[in-house]
Amino acid sequence: MPTNTIDPNSWVDKYSDYLFNYTIVRVDDREIAQDLVQETFFAGLKSMKNFKGEASERTWLISILKRKIIDHYRKINSNKGKAEVRMNYTGDSETEGDWLEERVADPFDKNAEGDLENEELGLAIHNCLGKLPEKQSLIFKMKTIQGFDTEAICNEFDITASNLWVIIHRARTAMAECLEKNWF
Amino acid sequence: MKTTSKLFISCEEAKHICDKNQYGEASLKEIITLNIRLIYCKVTRIYSKKNVKLTKVIKTSNVQTINHSDKKSMKQKLHKELSK
Repeated sequence: MPTNTIDPNSWVDKYSDYLFNYTIVRVDDREIAQDLVQETFFAGLKSMKNFKGEASERTWLISILKRKIIDHYRKINSNKGKAEVRMNYTGDSETEGDWLEERVADPFDKNAEGDLENEELGLAIHNCLGKLPEKQSLIFKMKTIQGFDTEAICNEFDITASNLWVIIHRARTAMAECLEKNWF
Repeated sequence: MKTTSKLFISCEEAKHICDKNQYGEASLKEIITLNIRLIYCKVTRIYSKKNVKLTKVIKTSNVQTINHSDKKSMKQKLHKELSK
């Protein structure tokens, strides 16, 4: 029995950060990730009729996004054959004379397990952020993740510094509790 | 007497300073008073521990979000598409 409903007006507020975080670890480019999220919303609008309500709205959007990401890589790969690749053997003076092998990226440098754990943690953080009241979540993100100045946030939301710290305190307490349950 | 009252702060004040300290916005004097409170107040110690853990977790997760202004333009584009 379908239990989930669909509301495109709330997509950006509810899911854009979650989808963005999911995308950025896969495409490693902010602009492309943002475009893919926007395209996902457009595609969601077009196929709204297909939403049966069996899965949650977010799961449904993620399944669209996955296809968008695959399409993006297909597009890149089809362009690759046409592109001209130029490689300079000795590009800079610092590495001149080094063996080519020494310049190849170390495959053990990037820890795949660690990356996966980070991605899961990122999604857990977004889950917890989604449970906060909208204004609290917005201010917490601006202060903690985007690193905005206290003054800039106060001006944006027309609040005093002490108001901001009360909001931050509530958000931090709720986030710590939520992550305690779902992550730590 | 005045100095004593400045050195000893309430639990709520300590939590407030602890929050500010997570963003590097607590003054030296505030940090000292917080540390004094941490010596004898278990509640502040627990709060501080959780708070530091949260800061660390968010830093290591490398979590990212879309800017407020970009979100606004995303919303506008979506509304435009919706009204078609």
